Amino acid sequence: MAQIQIKNIRKDFGDFNAVKESTFTIEDGEFFMLLGPSGCGKTTTLRMIAGLELPTSGEIYLDGEEISQLPPSKRDIAFVFQMFALYPHMNVRRNLSYPLVSQGMARRDVKAKVEEVAGILGIQDILNRPVGGLSGGDRQRVALGRAIVRDPKAFMMDEPLGALDAEFREHMAEELRALHDRMNATTVYVTHDQLEAMQMGDKIVVMNNAVVEQFGTPQEIYDKPATMFVADFIGSPSMNFLHFDGTVGEGDESVTLGGEVMRIPRTRQGASGKLVFGVRPEHVTLSDSGTYRGEILASEYLGTTQIITLDTPNGELKARIDSAQVAKVGEKVGLGFNPRTITLFDAGSGHALRSDLNNEVLANG
Amino acid sequence: MSSFSVTEPSKRSKWFAGTLVILYALITMVPLAWIMLTGFKSPADAISYPPKVLFEPTLEGYVNLFTTRTRQTDEFLAANPPQTWYDRIVREYDMVIAGPSKFGERFLNSVIIGFGSTFLSIFLGTLAAYAFSRFKIPLADDLLFFILSTRMMPPIAVAIPIFLMYRQLGLSDTHLGMILLYTGVNISLAVWLLKGFIDEIPLEYEEAALIDGYTRFQAFYKVVLPQAATGIASTAIFCLIFAWNEYAFAVLLTSGTAQTAPPFIPTIIGVGGLDWPAVAAGATIFLLPVMIFTILLRKHLLRGITFGAVRK
Repeated sequence: MAQIQIKNIRKDFGDFNAVKESTFTIEDGEFFMLLGPSGCGKTTTLRMIAGLELPTSGEIYLDGEEISQLPPSKRDIAFVFQMFALYPHMNVRRNLSYPLVSQGMARRDVKAKVEEVAGILGIQDILNRPVGGLSGGDRQRVALGRAIVRDPKAFMMDEPLGALDAEFREHMAEELRALHDRMNATTVYVTHDQLEAMQMGDKIVVMNNAVVEQFGTPQEIYDKPATMFVADFIGSPSMNFLHFDGTVGEGDESVTLGGEVMRIPRTRQGASGKLVFGVRPEHVTLSDSGTYRGEILASEYLGTTQIITLDTPNGELKARIDSAQVAKVGEKVGLGFNPRTITLFDAGSGHALRSDLNNEVLANG
Repeated sequence: MSSFSVTEPSKRSKWFAGTLVILYALITMVPLAWIMLTGFKSPADAISYPPKVLFEPTLEGYVNLFTTRTRQTDEFLAANPPQTWYDRIVREYDMVIAGPSKFGERFLNSVIIGFGSTFLSIFLGTLAAYAFSRFKIPLADDLLFFILSTRMMPPIAVAIPIFLMYRQLGLSDTHLGMILLYTGVNISLAVWLLKGFIDEIPLEYEEAALIDGYTRFQAFYKVVLPQAATGIASTAIFCLIFAWNEYAFAVLLTSGTAQTAPPFIPTIIGVGGLDWPAVAAGATIFLLPVMIFTILLRKHLLRGITFGAVRK
């Protein structure tokens, strides 16, 4: 297994810039998520690591060896395709043997290895079936089997659960994560589903418009977003953005929002002009006494919690509160924000202002 | 009310369709059957009027097709009694077999030129189609249009230039010349048909093979070719049918060593009067290879023709 370092990698297709200079490191044994909306360059990045696309510039190191211009067959990296791409003219056993045959492995060893992998994935009983008649889940298992059978240095997975039914996805996601924990294989996984990324990943890279927006653990990305895009993309409902004009100085511990003073994590950076006050819905509380007030527009009941939509002097806001709490539409209520969780953004650049909350995270991103 | 289904035809319409197909098949097969039967008739039965449907079968036509014969004196015939069954057939006309006819040779020419040009068309067509389908080729659309445009007039329209060119190049009446000519005519069809088939094969299969440790060329012949088998088979049939049946160029460009069966068969008429049973026998044998080839690839052909019509 291996560490993968991506350094200033860039990919152009003619005039179209698919990936701008990106840098991040995937540690040995990590389950690493490439997350972003469609067309953001995440799949291109994955394909560059595997060798299916060659980068226009930049380097890729696999265990310290520069591989960015090698053909895929020389990289020892496995790839699981979204549509599985099982060889349709072969049965399951031959599909699994195929990567081993190319290495010139002896027939007896191939058979033993295929049986072993089939055992791990629980597909021994379908080894002699043609791949055409298999269910989605079994196809997925065979595709995984073809990837793990030759013990590659790393796995690339391109939305491997995308083609499965919703109910089955959950199950396969768990199976996949369990398999990873057992084999401890470096895995790079592309998805556009933020829940999947949070649920399965050790680390996440969030990409948008060919640019790496943020790189870190799921907690860091959720609690300490580096940009407004990340804050908006991760979480459901996403982070509230209250727009205001004002000035914050370095070392300030509060801002004035709608005439009210709000406490925030101590800033490490000053800014002025159009700013954004970012707060996650679960960090908003309703109280009768609060001086910053909003009118309740709607409420959605979600079982243990409810999502309240409010109109505030700085724009619309959603709050996630206990469903036992009474919230009547049309009522005006006071609002409180958990001061330790607030992130301020510069509305122009979309970047978070550095503070005691996110300083460490932003320093290495 | 009877149940109605869009996909399942009713019993009555199935019966109707079946009858129609059988009737149509019978009508189209009458000339074919007539040729095959004539091949087993005696020359007298073949030209009798009204036509004979019931007759005493004889292999005379086939013997005449494959042999040349000479008339001999009565003394010679008495001194040399017939040795074989075909000697005896010929003896009825006071003749002896002088040697084999040219039919075997001409038939072999047809096989060499027909299958040779089919193979070459498919070989070049598959490579070109793969390149057009998978690689970014400058002016790809224009090149494809150019390839198609070679079929926009009937090939025979350029017969005179080709005749002169072949004479200059020494390609007249050679196997190579005919193979190149038929390949030239067939290649545009082959490239276009095969490109359609290869376009339908998802790129991921090749990428999976590349990842699995194979080279680009291995991925092509181990993964793409088996997937394209259906398309290759049906394209091969189209190419073979054209090359096998081609008459005009064969008449114009071949006369001896490379003459194919189509221009040869009618010349049997000139040998000792109108030998219709021999002509019919020649036509019957000529039909067989394409028929066998098509039957062998039938499964692929049926899938091939509808392939690509519907997206899965």
